[in-house]
Amino acid sequence: MLQQKTVASTGNSLVAEAMRQCAPDVMAAYPITPQTTIVEEYAKFVADGRVHTEYVTVESEHSAMSACVGASAAGARVMTATCSQGLAFMWEQLYIAAGLRLPIVMANANRALAAPINIHCDHSDVMGCRDSGWLILFAETAQEAYDNTIMATRIAEHPDVLLPVMTCLDGFITTHSIDRAQVMDDETVKGFVGEYRATNMLLDTDNPVSHGNFAGLGGTYFEFKKQHRQAMNGALKVVKEVGAEFAELSGRPFGVIEGWGMEDAETAIVCIGSTAGNARHVARELRAKGEKVGVLKVRCFRPFPAADIAAALKRLKAVAVLDRSESFGEGGPLFLEVRSALYDLETRVPLVNYIYGLGGADVRLELIERVFSDLSDIAAGNAAPGALQYLGTR
Amino acid sequence: MKWDVSRVNEWTADEFPRGAVIPEGGNSHDYVTGGWRSERPVRDDEVCTQCLLCWIFCPDTSVVVRDEKVVGFDLDHCKGCGICANECPTNPKFGRKAIEMVPEGCELPGVK
Repeated sequence: MLQQKTVASTGNSLVAEAMRQCAPDVMAAYPITPQTTIVEEYAKFVADGRVHTEYVTVESEHSAMSACVGASAAGARVMTATCSQGLAFMWEQLYIAAGLRLPIVMANANRALAAPINIHCDHSDVMGCRDSGWLILFAETAQEAYDNTIMATRIAEHPDVLLPVMTCLDGFITTHSIDRAQVMDDETVKGFVGEYRATNMLLDTDNPVSHGNFAGLGGTYFEFKKQHRQAMNGALKVVKEVGAEFAELSGRPFGVIEGWGMEDAETAIVCIGSTAGNARHVARELRAKGEKVGVLKVRCFRPFPAADIAAALKRLKAVAVLDRSESFGEGGPLFLEVRSALYDLETRVPLVNYIYGLGGADVRLELIERVFSDLSDIAAGNAAPGALQYLGTR
Repeated sequence: MKWDVSRVNEWTADEFPRGAVIPEGGNSHDYVTGGWRSERPVRDDEVCTQCLLCWIFCPDTSVVVRDEKVVGFDLDHCKGCGICANECPTNPKFGRKAIEMVPEGCELPGVK
């Protein structure tokens, strides 16, 4: 087994460390709370000569992603980080990075969007760009944020994928809390991610290419979207393969979804990110009392592992989907995807949607207990799954 | 080797280059890109001093030069931006520039 160093570190420090170990050629970034310490610590790595990255200090996130797009098209391994208003400001460039099939890796420190202005955790920033064609991985812990960053590099640059990957960690909860984690040595990470060999690189003057071309009438744009969709569909297999290889190397299991107690659970909570820890804690206590409860954490949101989720939930008597973002439609983004994934099942699984924790509202254990209690009532036939609920508001 | 696009209208998603990359350089020679020009540069050879400023400034390399002399414009690629006419210095002997922009299509019958 590989020797790893156990450290006490914040999620952001570990993301910066993982990025340093993946050694991108270019990083173009702009600081924004609670992402700042990622790019700050990375800048120090560059200043100290610990990594040979061209660090581009730009004047905005729009410019950050624009510079990343240019650098990636030129043939570089490129990384950046942002969140919230910064991610929103990158908007049009996100679609360009994905449409041009540029394997950029970006950390997102999940934070609410204004207004009212708020700097704390929720998933409305990343969920807003879930249709941009990026792969999206979520971390529950600082350890997962570290691991996801390394895996994301391999996944993005895989010849069957070649799409940008966003690795998300919960603002402050995961980005700033000091957590215990295991860190691999530089050589191991270097060996795992390998050397990036870009195809169609602008700097290859012997084989000139042009990027950013027009695909207008006659349906060519449509064909490129189909090409993108095929890559996204195929990416699920790559995420699983790279995850399995990483798990073998690190000794830490990886799944596009990760279940706790799901084998014989009658009710379960489906959630994303740091909340999974609270949910498991409550589930453990309820298990001790003999209640058959489970927790299903979605670690890979794009591509969406619909078949895996359907298989995990199909026998359950009641399921709650917890969304840490609003869509102001028929449910939160995760709920809509999960419900769609379950639609084709023979048996209908009663499903309820809770919106929780917006703008960093605390996810207290009693809130999770209440969800399991509601599920227990539904499973027993004492209550019907109701409409979307706000969990924890007054 | 030239990029073969003869079947482009039949290509499926798998056949297009990934990410809409064009895998060869300088191929705008092969396409007429000046079709939407609304004004066209016209040069008076008698007034022209062959200073070549138009050739230097043209953003689309559409000023055709042979043996160090401007011989005309590549109207297949000229977009009619007028930079050449703008930069063209007034020849004091004639009191005017060698290049002026004229509206496209005005020589057509019935169009003024």
